[in-house]
Amino acid sequence: MSEARPLDASDVTKVASLARLSLSDAEVERFTGQLARILESAAEIAELDLGDVSPTAHPLALANVLREDDVRASLDRDEVLSQAPSVNDRRFSVPKIVGEAP
Amino acid sequence: MSVFDLAQQVRTKQRRAIDVANDTLAAIDARDNEINAFLHLDAETIRSQAERIDATVDAGGDPGRLAGVPVAIKDNLCQRGVPTTCASKILEGWKPPYDATVITKLTQAGAILVGKTNLDEFAMGSSTENSAFGATKNPIDPSRVPGGSSGGSAAAVGADYLPLSLGSDTGGSIRQPAAFCGVVGLKPTYGTVSRYGLIAFASSLDQVGPFARSVDDAGILFEVIAGHDPMDSTSLNAPAPDVMTTINDGVAGLRVGIVPELIDGTSDEVRDRVVAAQEALVAQGATLVELSAPELRLGLAAYYLIAPAEASSNLARYDGVRYGNRVDAPDVAAMMTATRTAGFGDEVKRRIMLGTYALSAGYYDAYYGQAQKVRTLIIETFARLYAQCDVLLGATTPTTAFEFGAKTADPMAMYYSDIFTIPSNLAGHPAMSVPFGVDGDGLPIGVQLLGPALSEPTLFRAAKILESEAGR
Repeated sequence: MSEARPLDASDVTKVASLARLSLSDAEVERFTGQLARILESAAEIAELDLGDVSPTAHPLALANVLREDDVRASLDRDEVLSQAPSVNDRRFSVPKIVGEAP
Repeated sequence: MSVFDLAQQVRTKQRRAIDVANDTLAAIDARDNEINAFLHLDAETIRSQAERIDATVDAGGDPGRLAGVPVAIKDNLCQRGVPTTCASKILEGWKPPYDATVITKLTQAGAILVGKTNLDEFAMGSSTENSAFGATKNPIDPSRVPGGSSGGSAAAVGADYLPLSLGSDTGGSIRQPAAFCGVVGLKPTYGTVSRYGLIAFASSLDQVGPFARSVDDAGILFEVIAGHDPMDSTSLNAPAPDVMTTINDGVAGLRVGIVPELIDGTSDEVRDRVVAAQEALVAQGATLVELSAPELRLGLAAYYLIAPAEASSNLARYDGVRYGNRVDAPDVAAMMTATRTAGFGDEVKRRIMLGTYALSAGYYDAYYGQAQKVRTLIIETFARLYAQCDVLLGATTPTTAFEFGAKTADPMAMYYSDIFTIPSNLAGHPAMSVPFGVDGDGLPIGVQLLGPALSEPTLFRAAKILESEAGR
């Protein structure tokens, strides 16, 4: 098990970036304090010796759910697109993803 | 009047659904500017549903088990063409292109869908103070919170606008506000009520359930919304528990487990009512079993790693592409960052970051991995307890409803409100809050009944006894 070390501002900046969030300096400071305190309370379980315990990801014993491969109605395309922020030629539209070739 | 009697009157034309609709609208109109239980409500749509129900009756048909009964819907449940926001700016103005399965079931049962109720943004919170559209006030004392996250649904029933509402419960979000607003609230067994159309917060914990004025009313709503749904791959492929057949069977011989971990840390007044509830069950023939379960105390810390971890994944879908709002930027990554930064409130950002951190390389084993193992411990602990008792009885919340702002500066203080409710979510078990008296300020106190998976019939029997004894 890896050792947990106190969370600092650089961690918060990094996770914010991974989660596609932009924080002001004041927000980084505030969130660092709050998240560090929450993780402090998580330390009580991080420190437990649970080597023999198997993890539970879900309360039910899940198995794949299959159905017949028959044609069924799906959501109405125009109704779905009517709720999108930007649509072009009956498709979702986004700003450019890749830059110009150098 | 009970839901059963109201539906019967509508079915036999003693009362018209349109009159029920108009009375409900008048009650909301008289008080909801102050309480703010509803985020969306459209009088025309309410009346046209009522007229359709009356027309069915007039044509000799039966509109269903909830004929003409008004029901409010937490605004994280999708209703086709009706604004659904999760109390978040990121979804403001979005109209889902489909109905949640619970919405379909309510419509088929002849209910009047009254409107969408306020919540903590994306159901993350315990007070509705995290709503992007203003907090809901507690109808018993408007200087206090209604609890959360389903605070609007609890307040709508607590204010007596209508007899029933739907909420969702990920760590206590039905039971805690039910306790604060003096109403009955049930978190059903995971998988008994479809999550199709419930906007996901933490998918392995989320469950839809009823709020009601009475235990009988909650039982009817639970039976209407429960059942296997092929649209939800985590739906239990088993008949939904029938609670109404045995609801009046009493508690003779019932073994009621008492563990300090579901009581310690409460105010004295809450503790006194839990003890009174124990005595009420014993007076009706139940026996008490004193047990101990220190592992349950670990649930809070495990939950605040597991739920944010799942949320950080679930909320990745709000990227400004397919639905909701977008903040324009020159390239797609900048657009997504600008959209999410402007669209999410602080608590949602906090949990997304916490979850991202708990899942990240180097910390996964220490945090998320350990939390999943604690989840196993909690499930094993409940199994040990339920070998010795049929239900557990404790407090729903450590205190009665607190004042606005009392816990907003300290997330851990807010999270502590859920200390008694979280273990049932981790195990996927049902649990219920039943009003059982008031404190010195007249604020409602809820006691909590917990049971193993699919024990709803037993919980309802015990709840019925507590309800009849609550005033004594």
